[in-house]
Amino acid sequence: MSPSIGTRLAVDIGGTFTDVALETAAGRVTAKVSTTPSAPEQGVMQGIEAALTSAGCTLGDIALVIHGTTLATNALIERKGAVTALITTEGFRDSVEIGYEHRFEQYDVYLDKPEPLVPRARRYTVPERMNARGEVLRPLEEAAVRRLITALEADGVGSVAVGLLHSYANGAHEQRIREILLERMPDLVVTLSSEASPELREYERLSTACANAYVQPLMAGYLEQLDRALRAGGFSGPLLLMTSGGGVIGLEAARRFPIRLVESGPAGGAILSSAIARACGLEHVLAFDMGGTTAKICVIDHGQPQTARAFEVARAYRFLKGSGLPLRIPVIEMVEIGAGGGSIARLDALKRVAVGPDSAGAVPGPACYGGDGHDATVTDADLILGRIDANAFAGGSLALDPKAAEAAIDHALGRPLELGTALAALAISEMVDENMASAARVHAVERGKTLDGRTLVAFGGAAPLHAARVAQKLGIARIIVPTGAGVGSAVGMLVAPVAYEVARSLYQRLAALDPETVNAQFADMRAEAYAIVERSAGGLPLVETRIAYMRYVGQGHEIAVPLEVRDLEIADCERLQQAFEVEYRAQFGRIIPGLDTEVLSWAIKVSTRTEPPLAAEAVVPREAPAPSGVRQLFDPDTGDYIEAAVYRRSDLAPGMSIAGPALIAEDETTTVVPGAFALALNSLGYLVIERQSDRQQEHV
Amino acid sequence: MTTENALARIRAQIMWNRLIAVVEEQAQTLIRTAFSASVREAGDLSAGVFDLDGRMLAQAITGTPGHVNSMAEAVGHFLARYPVAQMHEGDHYLTNDPWLGTGHLHDFTLVSPTFYKGRAVALFCSTVHVVDIGGRGFGPDARQVYEEGLCVPIMPLARAGEMNQDLLGIVRINVREPVQVEGDLFSLVACNDKGSTRLREMMAEFGIDDIGPLADHIVEHSLTATLEEIRKLPAGVYHNALTIDGYDHPIELKATLTISHDGIHVDFTGTSPVSGFGINVPMLYTTAYTSFGVKCLVAPTIPNNSGSLAPITVSAPEGSILNAPRPCAVAIRHVIGQLLPDVVFGCMHPALSNGAPAEGASALWVPQLRGGHGVSDSTAGGTDFNVLSFHSGGTGARPGKDGLSATAFPSGVRSVPVEITESIAPVIIWRKEYRTDSGGAGCMRGGLGQIMEIASAENAPFSVFAMFERIDHPARGRDGGLPGAAGTVSLTSGKPMRGKGQQTIPPGERLRLELPGGGGLGDPKEREREKVERDVRDGLVSPEAAEKVYGVKVT
Repeated sequence: MSPSIGTRLAVDIGGTFTDVALETAAGRVTAKVSTTPSAPEQGVMQGIEAALTSAGCTLGDIALVIHGTTLATNALIERKGAVTALITTEGFRDSVEIGYEHRFEQYDVYLDKPEPLVPRARRYTVPERMNARGEVLRPLEEAAVRRLITALEADGVGSVAVGLLHSYANGAHEQRIREILLERMPDLVVTLSSEASPELREYERLSTACANAYVQPLMAGYLEQLDRALRAGGFSGPLLLMTSGGGVIGLEAARRFPIRLVESGPAGGAILSSAIARACGLEHVLAFDMGGTTAKICVIDHGQPQTARAFEVARAYRFLKGSGLPLRIPVIEMVEIGAGGGSIARLDALKRVAVGPDSAGAVPGPACYGGDGHDATVTDADLILGRIDANAFAGGSLALDPKAAEAAIDHALGRPLELGTALAALAISEMVDENMASAARVHAVERGKTLDGRTLVAFGGAAPLHAARVAQKLGIARIIVPTGAGVGSAVGMLVAPVAYEVARSLYQRLAALDPETVNAQFADMRAEAYAIVERSAGGLPLVETRIAYMRYVGQGHEIAVPLEVRDLEIADCERLQQAFEVEYRAQFGRIIPGLDTEVLSWAIKVSTRTEPPLAAEAVVPREAPAPSGVRQLFDPDTGDYIEAAVYRRSDLAPGMSIAGPALIAEDETTTVVPGAFALALNSLGYLVIERQSDRQQEHV
Repeated sequence: MTTENALARIRAQIMWNRLIAVVEEQAQTLIRTAFSASVREAGDLSAGVFDLDGRMLAQAITGTPGHVNSMAEAVGHFLARYPVAQMHEGDHYLTNDPWLGTGHLHDFTLVSPTFYKGRAVALFCSTVHVVDIGGRGFGPDARQVYEEGLCVPIMPLARAGEMNQDLLGIVRINVREPVQVEGDLFSLVACNDKGSTRLREMMAEFGIDDIGPLADHIVEHSLTATLEEIRKLPAGVYHNALTIDGYDHPIELKATLTISHDGIHVDFTGTSPVSGFGINVPMLYTTAYTSFGVKCLVAPTIPNNSGSLAPITVSAPEGSILNAPRPCAVAIRHVIGQLLPDVVFGCMHPALSNGAPAEGASALWVPQLRGGHGVSDSTAGGTDFNVLSFHSGGTGARPGKDGLSATAFPSGVRSVPVEITESIAPVIIWRKEYRTDSGGAGCMRGGLGQIMEIASAENAPFSVFAMFERIDHPARGRDGGLPGAAGTVSLTSGKPMRGKGQQTIPPGERLRLELPGGGGLGDPKEREREKVERDVRDGLVSPEAAEKVYGVKVT
């Protein structure tokens, strides 16, 4: 983190709420205010104001502001970006729309494919062509570029993406097109695919360039507004932006590549979970973030989240792979499924209980909110099952209506299935937990990871309610609910390093490796990454990591193989082969002797050194206070209500332990400790919940 | 209902969902570890779990309708040869017999018993498309299945955990890519093992020793739900016929579809006899694509299992191209199989309140390109290479919606990026974009095909193993909709080429593929003016066609 001393503040704009976490020498305060979609900086300033007030300081005292936002994501989902044009290689006008020529849902003959951000009428082509080695097969016809300018002006284009075939190997034609455009249209915003995402696979690269161009004017405007508002309030430190890759970058880099800011909220959560893993000395963690609409699950090994170089934004069809727009940027890898407190339960064609992915959201909200929402949701089920206190939800600010929840559940499931309300509620809860557990399992197998033996770190409003059951289903025996779980992403941003990753394709067969070319490319990439990180690193020491993305010749997917931070030599080939085999074996269980390997892309990441978090220490056991009350909690094992002790989390202190069944209530969430579990507070105040017997619990 | 009964019912639902998740995990294991590009990139695989009677309980959703229930039938063949009583823990049984597996030699099917508490409790089955199986290679030119490569009858790949080294040795020596093919067989084992492990965990978690009651629950519910959907349709007998290009002469696919209280039966009596080339379809593959077509229209959301598939039955006269006996050549049976949903849609159209989609390009265009030694007619040299990719024309217009352009249906496979193909093979793809005016005109427009131009990067000759359909017989429109554009295969210099079989592209020439469009639905004159204008603006429809066919003058 930049200034290691001093006061820092993190703001995370989500779809419904804007969360603020402020860390001072005296401790941490948090705030949650409503997001103000029309002018998001207003909600940000309100949230900051609230946090500053409770901490008793001013913007002038803040050394650093870290900001994560869903604005770029929302602009892509809601298609509210700039009028954007694409200039591409003649013959490839439709690459960005054709994609992989497949349907993401096998049986639905009525499905719609994702609408491209740039309609065909604004996709222009120019004669030019590179080959895979970056050699010019056909020179750029500059006159053709000049001829496009009239059309761009006539279309009212505000932002242009340039994406040419094989430009990752040689960006010269893309650069020349930008020069020509800017000569005549100096105010035009131009994104080059060779800069935004210089990697192989034209669909992803062009899609990324288009998405960057699409959100750039909007994001640049917003960032400027926010910066101005902060300065006007007396803030004089750096404003850093959270990226999807889990690091923060400065304003200038963010303005240039705003696409890297998508999904920064969930990245904050993963960073928090990684810090918790390190603080608690946990080698293998599963981060579980469940909010109102979706749940995100992320594998964290050795204190580091899994990363990937691609993901899909704006999935329009039940969160199905392929129904969104692919982005090729560094991301923290996670699976996101339509399972949250607001997820709607109903019966499918086979009269089976189906939950989500559609959500009642905050508006109209679950039936128990007493608003216009009358669908049965997961929150309604949690209320009926006794997990949520109707009078203490959201710190008591919203009184829940159990009658409305009951009516909704009876209507949707109870009557058609001839189940009592509680059992119908249990069916909802079991099904959503099963869905999340299944998603976690498939995600793990896709990455060659195992889940048993991990610790589940649960945060987000709904996760502590469901964590124990999901853990049971995954064979996980320990759950941690950190402090500030309700604003976990913002808390995570406080500890995110300044970091930037550059990945670029350069095809090399290992058997014919050309170290000079690779080293030259690394030198370029290194300069780019250092330039960006040094601007915001405040002189902190930097660490550099290098990765080769390798596969057996002709395979479909590459795996990340760590490299030493130095120039490559021919003699390294054997070592590289061995490192590849180690990774391959770890993921797939075996290697394929005698088959050649190839490198498709190379990556470099430059980052400020992550400070070790405050480690959990041994605690002196202390007696827990008397429970603040007792609530009827539905017991899945017996199918009946049992008495569970209720504790206020604020009444608990490190060293205390409590046997289940128990409920730990705080303003933003409630932690459910089932009968077979026991809870202890560690020195950091985290709730550590462990299964008490090795006996597999009987279910439902 | 007692609480206990209620809990049991909820539990059965949860376990059903778990079983579907287990087979997804099984399939993912295969995708992650397989070598064959068509498995990894395209999803050409299948995975499923069966009870000891061979009833399929859950199947992963992959890119291959061709395996929809051919796998279900395959397991029955395995059990007939090796009854469960003779199986041991760690056994794995293998075949690639086209008439016992999934219709061609390139697909290996593996069946493995799951043991729990010392007893066999279930079977896992998976299928992988391997990169090579010897013989002539993947193409339509063989006259008999013997020319198409190695055939392994049903036999153990492993006994009690010991791999059958004799069998592996035979496979290795017979295929062009022994390391990869053997690797894929190991992937099958890993994939079924993963399924078994997860099933045992589930049984321990839920405290059951036998999946019989769960199997009954799944099959009965699915059967009932499917029958309910079928009974919503007007009972009756419906007909359709489709003429397609074939290899050397046109082929007629003729169907009679009967909707009754008890199910839907499709019979292909009247269909052309077998071909002398490798486009013949074994019966189980006919059943698979036909059932898929029916299921898409009748019960798309009901999961695949023996119960949901039982009410859909298929027959074809032996000796017809849709029930080809050994030793017919069958390597590219997918080309005809993929047209079967179009046949079904045509039958079903009058039975559906909204009607069925128009015909589409349907059969994938899979240009298998080879260069170098011995693969072209010329001796001019060039690097040895062999590259395969999957491409699609347009789908038929749908009730209320246009067709999808350059999109696979019924196959669910993915194409390979141009930049990847050019990185691994000495070819340059000069063009790959939508083909203007190829979507069949209609009130709802058919999806557009695409144009591809492919050349050697070395100015060397190379050959294409063509297996392209809808060149002489374009996708027909419906209800006044016009046909999609027919496909064409040619050299850019203008010389036409054949749609099927190996041919050479001389140095300096480009292979030009114009993929077919989907058929239109309804009278083009009834298409909303704004949609026509937008199509013209987007260059999907030419101003000339807009005026002539749609009656819309766009200036």
